[in-house]
Amino acid sequence: MVEMLWLLGIPLAGGILQALAGQHRYAAELGVGLSFGTLLAAAALTVRVIADGPMLVFGEQFFIDPFNVFLVALTAFVAFTTAVFSRPYMRIEEHHGRLSTGRLRLYYSMYQLFTFTMLIGLTTNNMGILWVAMEAATLTTVLLVSLYRTPESLEAAWKYFILCGVGIAQALFGTILLYFAAERTLGTGGNALLWTHLDQSKVLLEPTVLSLAFVFLLIGYGTKVGLAPLHNWLPDAHAEGPTPVSAVLSGLLLNVALYAVVRCKVLTDGALGNHFAGNLMMGFGLLSVVVGTFSLSRQIDIKRMFAYSSIEHMGIITFAFGMGGPVASFAALLHMTMHSLTKSAIFFAVGHAAQKSGTQIMENIRGLIRTNPTVGWGLALGTFAILGMPPFGVFTSEFLILTTAMHEHSWSTPILLISLGIAFAAIFGKIQPIVFGETTLPRLPHPPAILPVFVHLAMVLVLGVYIPPALAEWYRQAARFIG
Amino acid sequence: MISAAWFDQIISLLAAILLLISFAMLSQRRILSLIELFAWQGAVLSASTAIVAYSANLHHLYYSAAITFALKVVALPWLLHRLIRRLNVRWDVETMINIPSTMLIGLALVVFAFNLAQPISQLATGAARHTIGIATATVLLSFLMMITRRKAVPQVIGFLAMENGLFFAATSATHGMPMVVELGIALDVLVGTFIFGIFFFQIRETFDSLDIRHMEKLKER
Repeated sequence: MVEMLWLLGIPLAGGILQALAGQHRYAAELGVGLSFGTLLAAAALTVRVIADGPMLVFGEQFFIDPFNVFLVALTAFVAFTTAVFSRPYMRIEEHHGRLSTGRLRLYYSMYQLFTFTMLIGLTTNNMGILWVAMEAATLTTVLLVSLYRTPESLEAAWKYFILCGVGIAQALFGTILLYFAAERTLGTGGNALLWTHLDQSKVLLEPTVLSLAFVFLLIGYGTKVGLAPLHNWLPDAHAEGPTPVSAVLSGLLLNVALYAVVRCKVLTDGALGNHFAGNLMMGFGLLSVVVGTFSLSRQIDIKRMFAYSSIEHMGIITFAFGMGGPVASFAALLHMTMHSLTKSAIFFAVGHAAQKSGTQIMENIRGLIRTNPTVGWGLALGTFAILGMPPFGVFTSEFLILTTAMHEHSWSTPILLISLGIAFAAIFGKIQPIVFGETTLPRLPHPPAILPVFVHLAMVLVLGVYIPPALAEWYRQAARFIG
Repeated sequence: MISAAWFDQIISLLAAILLLISFAMLSQRRILSLIELFAWQGAVLSASTAIVAYSANLHHLYYSAAITFALKVVALPWLLHRLIRRLNVRWDVETMINIPSTMLIGLALVVFAFNLAQPISQLATGAARHTIGIATATVLLSFLMMITRRKAVPQVIGFLAMENGLFFAATSATHGMPMVVELGIALDVLVGTFIFGIFFFQIRETFDSLDIRHMEKLKER
């Protein structure tokens, strides 16, 4: 109860504070402090839920179970490390004259509010509020994508706004249909959209309406997950926004959107009693994997390339959730964690590399290992990790997903394997000269904020070798809730 | 005593007017008239919500009708008017496809929408049997408007009209969403419109025009 209050109160108050406090020198430090407070609250909440099991807070308006508390913890953690990373990064951007102090104020304020919307979306028990939070998450990030005010960034932000707006409108229609179905069994009023109530009476929900609702919800939230063919906004928004924003968009927002899809899937499965929702998710997931990987080799912009890699990985996770069952759901949750940690670490390293070379075009970034060994190694190790090399954790989760796919849907294994192979060739081929190539550039004049990169990668490495039994049990519990 | 059937008749009539307004918006060439039509759409929506509130005796729908009126008939059209005046542009709406073809596609969309809504309509009672199809059609027509317009402002009006269609679906099919959700949605729409406004200025500052055609740099090579 108290934890929830802090968890949601800190980022909300922080966002308002950062907006009102104006352009002061310690805005970045304040941001780090606020994110740290949120992280502490999330940790306390996690401990509570793990010990006491699922709980309902504030008159059933919020619902915390192992599934969403795991994402709350992950979100708060990555939001904190990104705040740590963005402190020196944004300062250098300001120094280079790419950002004014006024825009930095907007950035720090919106960053906190963005965290707030994600946490609301994750913890709310109300499917309608979930929709409101998802839309609010778009609204808070859209001005961050256009922070540099270049023609490209404006175009990216416009595209992001319109496409996600249209997508999320479909999700609203899905939510209305869900409410329409729920009203007949749960009666009118606020309770009919509460997920816990829906979950209890899901077998009674009208199947035809629910299947139609799920299609709309999947398309709507799927747009935000970046599922192909609704992914067009994602590479642009990731490439043109400031790097910390790319890191949180890729590492966190996509997860939250997928979380919404999974919550809806649980209800649909219960009502329909067949594999309809799972099949749809598997189809969209596989298509995203294929589209993501085949776009990788054509990219010349480094952030754009890793954005396509995010589409590929979200595809894999969606596919795994679509398969369902304890092992696949476990693997999907693990992969969600691994992808968040690794991809944000990569974006941190890429941010420094791009800042140093003054470009995001891969051909012009060379020889990082000479000019800046720590950034170079960070990028190299991050790339290894995201490509699923053992002993990193991505390997474990991808291996679990592949073996489950082999057992249950063997036709999909070749598609997945070929895609992973192509992704490997494409990304490795492009990153290798960036890290190890020849360069004439001098060393980086300022020390990079590289600690978050290695903290993330170390966690991915440790989890790849050894998953603590407590954590495994936690994932298993969460997987059981998903079914 | 006014019977329930009479209310159903009124709601159906308003639904038909809503659909007509959607078509009018699709064929409208002047941007100021487009905003006017959008305000009318809001008014019809607000009226239908109030009638549902009266006939079903649901108090929270009165608030919802009031919010709709304040937001969609007064605030948003006023904001849009102000924007247009400040941006000093009163151009005609430019379309990608000519208007007669758009209308024909619109007709096909309505048929499609009714088919899509068929399974839901069968479960519904009273006026909702007819209105769900119309609400779906309104959503799809606004969507069509969004994708066939070249300039930023008509695209946004299409976006807002789509939200109107969704709202109509919510009130006619389910007697309105819970109050918290409706407040949240209204807040999102309002903030969204503000951000659109900020965007208009940013776009014009950067491109010297509000034509979306200028924004085609980010393409796959």
